[in-house]
Amino acid sequence: MKKILLICTFAFILAVAFAGTAFAQDNTPPTDNEVNAIAKQLYCPVCESTPLDVCPTEACKDWREQIRTMLSEGKTEDEILQHFVDQYGDRVLSAPPATGFNWVIYILPPMIILIGAVILFRSLKEWTTPKESAAGSSAESEADPVSVSKDEYVSRFEEELKKRK
Amino acid sequence: MTETNNTPKRAAVPIWVQIVIWISLVGLLALVGFGLQRARNPMAELDQAVPDFDLVFYEGYEYNGKAAMKLSDLKGKVVVINIWASWCKPCEQEAPDLEQAWQLYKDSDDVVLIGVDYVDTPAGANEYLTKFNISFPNAPDLKSNISSILNRQMGVPETYLIDREGILRQVKIGPFASVAEIEAFVNLAR
Repeated sequence: MKKILLICTFAFILAVAFAGTAFAQDNTPPTDNEVNAIAKQLYCPVCESTPLDVCPTEACKDWREQIRTMLSEGKTEDEILQHFVDQYGDRVLSAPPATGFNWVIYILPPMIILIGAVILFRSLKEWTTPKESAAGSSAESEADPVSVSKDEYVSRFEEELKKRK
Repeated sequence: MTETNNTPKRAAVPIWVQIVIWISLVGLLALVGFGLQRARNPMAELDQAVPDFDLVFYEGYEYNGKAAMKLSDLKGKVVVINIWASWCKPCEQEAPDLEQAWQLYKDSDDVVLIGVDYVDTPAGANEYLTKFNISFPNAPDLKSNISSILNRQMGVPETYLIDREGILRQVKIGPFASVAEIEAFVNLAR
């Protein structure tokens, strides 16, 4: 009997706890953080280049309030973003959808970086090659009349300097 | 002179690499141009036919029993399109005058006044329309499509006058000061 009573009490506590959680989820209004998490993915449709979460205008306050209302109605983040796109167009999204012509935005920067890397690699290779060849061809320079004449000039110059000292 | 002979020669870029780079560059530019062309709406110009667009009126609004129509459905009538927004203070100045003007024209079947709500919240729009007892048909400017086609110049409010043949005759930037000014504006196309 005691055991049954204990089980019933435990079941009652669990039921109350879960009911409490469900109640809280249904009735707790969305927090500012939840609203702003969505708002920062959007740009103010009127004052362009201002993210919606930091936009100070009355219109933006209304839009943030609209997000809050939609969240409390149980709309998902994607549904809310889609609603804004349907109303104001793709330009309200901070990251344009990767569809159609928008692919250029996603393809172009990595392509430019790749091309830049190739150019940099080639240039570095060119810059380092002469040094190696210069070091490697020191023996050849003995036979080179230009190098020889340069050396002669330097040695004569050094001799003249010694004389003056 | 002889020193220049000693400078290391640049390794030549293979011809096929050059061709690929140039083809990619031209292709990319063509793609950007094509995309921009496609993204751009046709735009209305003064004394030119206005490109067609859809009007889906707000709940509770209609024209001749229709809750949605195309601009081309209104051919044969003088169409006045007023672009407004609930967050726009100058729009509030002209709202009562526009409603008063509509009362003069609504039974004539010759002049249609249509409000187009530019970038607005449904709640804000509803509050505005109720506040000024607006009875002429009003539609949201979904995706800014209508204002883009009408080639909106400065901001809101702006009013466009389209004649019976669908030609854009006049554009008023800023609010009307009186009903008389609205009548004079409409008469330019009558």
